[in-house]
Amino acid sequence: MNQNIASHPELFSVEGLVGVVFLILIAITLTGGIIACNSNRVVRAVAGLIVCFVGVAGLYFFLNSPFISMMQILIYVGAIAVTIAFAVMLAAPEEKKKFGPTGPLEGPFAFATAALLAGGFSLLALNTDWPVRQKINDGSVEEIGIRLLTEHSMVFELISIVLLIAILGALVIARREE
Amino acid sequence: MAILGLYNNLNTYLIIGALLFAMGIYGIVARRTFIAMLIAAEMILAGAALNFMAFNRFTAPDPTTGQIFTLFIMAIAAAEAAIGLSIVIAIYRQYNSIDAEDVVELKG
Repeated sequence: MNQNIASHPELFSVEGLVGVVFLILIAITLTGGIIACNSNRVVRAVAGLIVCFVGVAGLYFFLNSPFISMMQILIYVGAIAVTIAFAVMLAAPEEKKKFGPTGPLEGPFAFATAALLAGGFSLLALNTDWPVRQKINDGSVEEIGIRLLTEHSMVFELISIVLLIAILGALVIARREE
Repeated sequence: MAILGLYNNLNTYLIIGALLFAMGIYGIVARRTFIAMLIAAEMILAGAALNFMAFNRFTAPDPTTGQIFTLFIMAIAAAEAAIGLSIVIAIYRQYNSIDAEDVVELKG
């Protein structure tokens, strides 16, 4: 499992076909992301977000964690994207004007910032020699459950309270004034 | 073919995470409606979570830590989306618009 030695699988082998699926997932993720941050209509951006998150869920599958992959689809696609779609319908953003950048320079400046960030992070990732350590368990769902209820139990309870308070707060804020 | 072995390489995932993050930054800076900004913020969180998962798979000694952290990120993202959308709806009631340019009452 040395990540520095790139493997060279044949196209028509199991590894090669897995690599093709991986490339398709990358394409889905990036296409969805571009749609989500560039489309003029908010509903289309939500659809792009869903596509992007399905692609990311596939990438999680490649990272040896089908559990997180399922959670990604359940929470992001099933809950967050649907909530955003609800808000789009409730707030009814009329298409009276374009939702593009405001000034002529805003788009290019934003693009330059994003390109600088992406390039910088990519260079940083490529030029760093990440240390690889011995695994102490296999990262299965069983292990995740044990860790959640022993080492990380405090954070687990806190996150439940945060979610509860967030939902109550959302209801209070969005409630119509009598 | 080297390109087919990309899925077994840490750098691939890091670069995809960086691209997701950059798209989110672009969205937050360039879009003008609140909901589009919220969508971009979700993409930033997804990029961060992908980085956690990549390090979890390739370098971390305990491969459960990154997965648990990603679960927490998802919970925080859900809370953030709920609060943000309720604020958007409240703003829409008040101003009848979700354009960030229209909500400038405090501007001098």
